Amino acid sequence: MTCTEFLQKLDEMLDPEVAGPLRAELQQHLHCCEHCEITLNTTRKTIEIYRKHELYELPDELRERLHEAILAKCKGCSK
Amino acid sequence: MSSSIQSQGTAEVHPDVLLVERARGGDMAAFEKLVRQYERQVFRISQHIVQNREDAEDVVQDAFLKAYEKLDQFQGNSKFYTWLVRIAVNESLMRLRKRRTGRMVSIDEDVETEEGSMPRDLADWSPDPESLYGQSEMAEILRKTIQGLPPGFRVVFVLRDVEGLSTEETAESLGLSIPAVKSRLLRARLQLRERLTRYFKKGTRAKAQDGVK
Ligand SMILES: [Zn+2]
Repeated sequence: MTCTEFLQKLDEMLDPEVAGPLRAELQQHLHCCEHCEITLNTTRKTIEIYRKHELYELPDELRERLHEAILAKCKGCSK
Repeated sequence: MSSSIQSQGTAEVHPDVLLVERARGGDMAAFEKLVRQYERQVFRISQHIVQNREDAEDVVQDAFLKAYEKLDQFQGNSKFYTWLVRIAVNESLMRLRKRRTGRMVSIDEDVETEEGSMPRDLADWSPDPESLYGQSEMAEILRKTIQGLPPGFRVVFVLRDVEGLSTEETAESLGLSIPAVKSRLLRARLQLRERLTRYFKKGTRAKAQDGVK
């Protein structure tokens, strides 16, 4: 397996559900390729960090305001 | 109501489907429940696309209003949430277009780039990159980094990796094929990884850290 082939399967590698021969093949590439190991680990970390940090939180006050505005608009529409 | 959503066989009916059905019949409380359930996600997704809070506020309102108006068109063979996200994504892109005064904005924009298709910076990261920065500094880095991606990559990453939609749901929300979602997701992940390496690689801020000790 080449690095390019490994990258194409990165999603499968990140998915813990994927098992069997494909996973074994990917693991084997990782054992002998530090580059792909780093790419895999740092990509995993990238996803983790983005998932953990709420970048655009909706503050309660704004949420209430939006909520009311949405309902008022819907009630007023000609559905 | 002329149309009603059929639940298929003995398959469990998603609670949203029942709410939609009630809302169609004019039950505002049912629609309010749906709004309450998804307003946060819709706001986050919209803001990731339009990158501006005022626009995101407008998009959220417009998206829910449009969903309400088009409730009769909801088929029930997709999740209500996926259907709603699709409306919100379209509204966001329209808003982006307006702000750029007529310049075309689509989720296909700038996706032909080769950037990030092959990792270049292979420096390993510090074992705990989050300890290198304070909370707000970290948020700033993450925002700046994701904002640098073309919208068509950004939105795929946000839906799939941040909001946790499946590949199929992401494809449906964006009107893209599954292979297109997979390829954009890979590129988005690799570009973000590459850009974050600048901040997180081993040795970054080593001096500052030593100073603290
Ligand atoms: Zn490799």
